[in-house]
Parts: sequence; structure tokens; C-alpha cells
Amino acid sequence: MTLRCSAIVLVLTLAMATAQTNSASKDNSIYGELSKAPAKAAARRNPLEADPEAVAAGGKLFARHCAECHGDTADGGKKGPSLRAAEVQQATPGSLFWLLTNGVVRRGMPVWSKLPEPQRWQLVSFIKSLTPASQSDPNVEKAPHP
Amino acid sequence: MTSASPQPESSSSDSDLPWPSRVSWPPVRRALSFGLLALALLFLVRTAQSQESPYIVAYDHYLEEPGSLEVEYFSTFGTQRGGNDFHAFWAEFEYGATAWWTTELYLDGQTTFNDSTIFTGFRWENRFRLLQREHFINPVLYIEYEQTSGADKILKEVEGHDVEEDYSDPNALARYDHDHEIETKLLLSKTFKGWNIAQNTIATKNVSPGEPWEFGYAIGASRPLALKASAKRCSFCRENFIAGIEMYGGLGDRHSFGLHDTSHYLAPVIAWYLPSDWTLRLSPGFGLNDNSHRFLLRWGVSREFSGFGSAISRLFGGRS
Repeated sequence: MTLRCSAIVLVLTLAMATAQTNSASKDNSIYGELSKAPAKAAARRNPLEADPEAVAAGGKLFARHCAECHGDTADGGKKGPSLRAAEVQQATPGSLFWLLTNGVVRRGMPVWSKLPEPQRWQLVSFIKSLTPASQSDPNVEKAPHP
Repeated sequence: MTSASPQPESSSSDSDLPWPSRVSWPPVRRALSFGLLALALLFLVRTAQSQESPYIVAYDHYLEEPGSLEVEYFSTFGTQRGGNDFHAFWAEFEYGATAWWTTELYLDGQTTFNDSTIFTGFRWENRFRLLQREHFINPVLYIEYEQTSGADKILKEVEGHDVEEDYSDPNALARYDHDHEIETKLLLSKTFKGWNIAQNTIATKNVSPGEPWEFGYAIGASRPLALKASAKRCSFCRENFIAGIEMYGGLGDRHSFGLHDTSHYLAPVIAWYLPSDWTLRLSPGFGLNDNSHRFLLRWGVSREFSGFGSAISRLFGGRS
């Protein structure tokens, strides 16, 4: 009985794993989620804008929590879209903070409110410091990897 | 807690055999095989670190990141009046199936001092996030099936009229009690200004006929020691530590709801996130009444492997 149940659990787990979808990185409509931020949230300013360490700290947090999906250089990865895209770089800090906090659960982006608020603002600082995709030259080294 | 269904001993009584012959090896072998398979797959993926909850019993509303597998090992040392102290342990394989669904397999065992070491069963847990976005309170539905023996002592949750005395039977007897339980929980949690507050309501039904619904609770509060991250990679930065406290206990059953004949615990918790992607947790727990174990010392170690789902998918010819 135990063996049978264990086998069922294993098969279900493998089936779920195989069912993983990786469409987010190819689907540009995901950027539209940024426009769903309420006006009040979108208008929030980054309180760490002037903090000289915010970008470096945000880079460390990015490598730890975000790089797996968005790529080591934030160009987009297996599951997450590029954060150098114009839609992201032109978004207000408040919109990025709102999206980080709420995630896009049905599209595979988890909520990150588990990170304290200052750390989420540090991540926003890092994301805004990235060279936008339209300006990046493939022969030029991209923003330093954290 | 358990539905007693004594099994007749085989003609060559197990209890006549010296330890470790009494150890229930076939389930242990199966558990080991499963563990080895999982470990082999881990070579295909990379590690990552997420900000995990420091709680050992309570749950907050955060789920595993999609496609990530967290492998965890936990120990509980417990004192036992009227019996031998014990060391219960379990392995957890926690997988983020989607951003709103986390599934988890537990394999339990225990050593009772001056007695024996046995495999005590498995649990299959699922947590479903009910709301898409963050709200003032965030609900998560928890559903678990568990098939454990009466010798299970991991005390991952306390419910009904679970009391210290239930754990005093020798393993040779307790292992023949069987629990087939469906456990449901409503997890409510909120994070505000760095503080996480979590409240879990538990309702459990042993599927054996005649067993009533049992109830329990767990609550927790925790906060990182620093809210801002430092710019440098470090092991001992305050941001790498989360401290908190949790309290849990039983609330009786459908026939006798309330606090009488129930046990309750208060346990400080601390988690330490290492830059090497390991997380350590420590929690000394204290019984709050005469029905509780006087002292429970819990500790755990975990590591998250991101991209596990993609690795499995590649293994079966899917897209990476």
C-alpha cells in the first residue's frame, strides 16, 4: 500500500514537473501587467533613490532571487521576460515596486512581498540601473553582473 | 490521535529479534530509493536562495517558486515523561508546481532512546494560493494526506487531544497503530513593515470509521533582523537572520471542542540564510501545560534547487 501510494506521488510530481510552461519569456503581453498598477502605487517614489548602495544591494538580491527566471544579466531567461525591455525601463519605480509586491501569479511570477519593503526598493533601483535593450550594443559589456 | 488497529505478530515475532533486525527495513529501503532518485536529479539543476519562512510548524502564505525544489531535513528532540526521550526526523521535498500551487512530500522517522529506530510514514501536502494579488490578509488552502503509524513523533502539528502520554508507548506497539488522515488548514498571513504574522486553523479527519474531526491552531510572528540588504555578499549580515516566535496546540475534537486535555507549545524560532544557498533553522519549544512535552528542540537544514521542473521536463523530452 505504502509503495503504491509512493509511486502515485512520484508519478504525479513528475507529471506536474513536465507540465511546467515556459511561455512567459516569449510573451510580450506580460509587460502589460505593469500598466495595471493603481495610480497611487505607480506614483510612489523610490525612497532609496539617493542611496549609493541601493543598486549594488539590489544586484545582490537580483542574483539571489530573480536571475534564475530573468537571466543572469536580466536579458530574459527560461521563464521570465527581459528587464531591459523598454516597457520595464520606462515604467515608474512605483509600478515596478507594485509588480514585485503582487507578482503575476497566474503567469508564474510569485509575489515578493516576503522581501522587506526596503529590499524591494533596492531591487527596483537595480532594475532601473540596467542598460535598456534598445541602447545595448552586443559588443559592449552589459551592466556588471552582481 | 491514532486509530488503534493492532496487527497480529507474525509467527516469528519481530519483537524477539535484536535491534536493528526489528527495524522496519522495506519502507526504509523504499524511502532511501526515492531519496537517491531525487538526489540524482538534483545534479541537473542549480541552487538558489529564496527568503524562506523561519517557522517550523506555522505556515505563512508564501509558496515555493514555480519549478523550484526545496529539499529539507528537520529534527525534533523531545523529552518524554513516563517513557523514553526521542529524536524524530523528517525529510521534505517541496516543489513549486505553479506560482499558486506548492506540493510537498514528507518522509518521517524516529528514534526512541533505549528502544529502536523506525520509519513512521509519509505525508503528501498541497498548498493553494486563493487570491492572485496581495491583500490585507492573504489566505492559502492547505490539504494533506498522511499515512503514518502511531509511532510518528515529528509533532509537525498538534491537534485534537494530542497529549504527551500518547507518545510513551514503545515502538514495537505504537508502530501497529495506523493513521490515514486528511488534514486541512486555512493559512492566513500578512507581512507589514517587515513583520510577518501568520495564523493557521487546522481541521483533521482520520478516515477510519468513527473518528471525529479534530482541531488545532498555529500562530507565528517573525521579522528579519535588518530590512535593508547590504551591498556585499556576507554570511553574518543581520539581513540574513529572521527571528520570530510560534505557538501551536490542539483545540479538541467535534465531540469535545476546547482546551481541556490538549497540549500547547511556545517556541522561539530563528533562521539563518547562508550565501552558499543553505538555510538553517533552530527552535527550542516549551510545553505550556502538563499535557505537553516539557521541551522540544527542533532544527533543520534546507537547500533550494531552482529549475528542477525544467530538468525533469528535459529528461522526458520536453522543452527546456
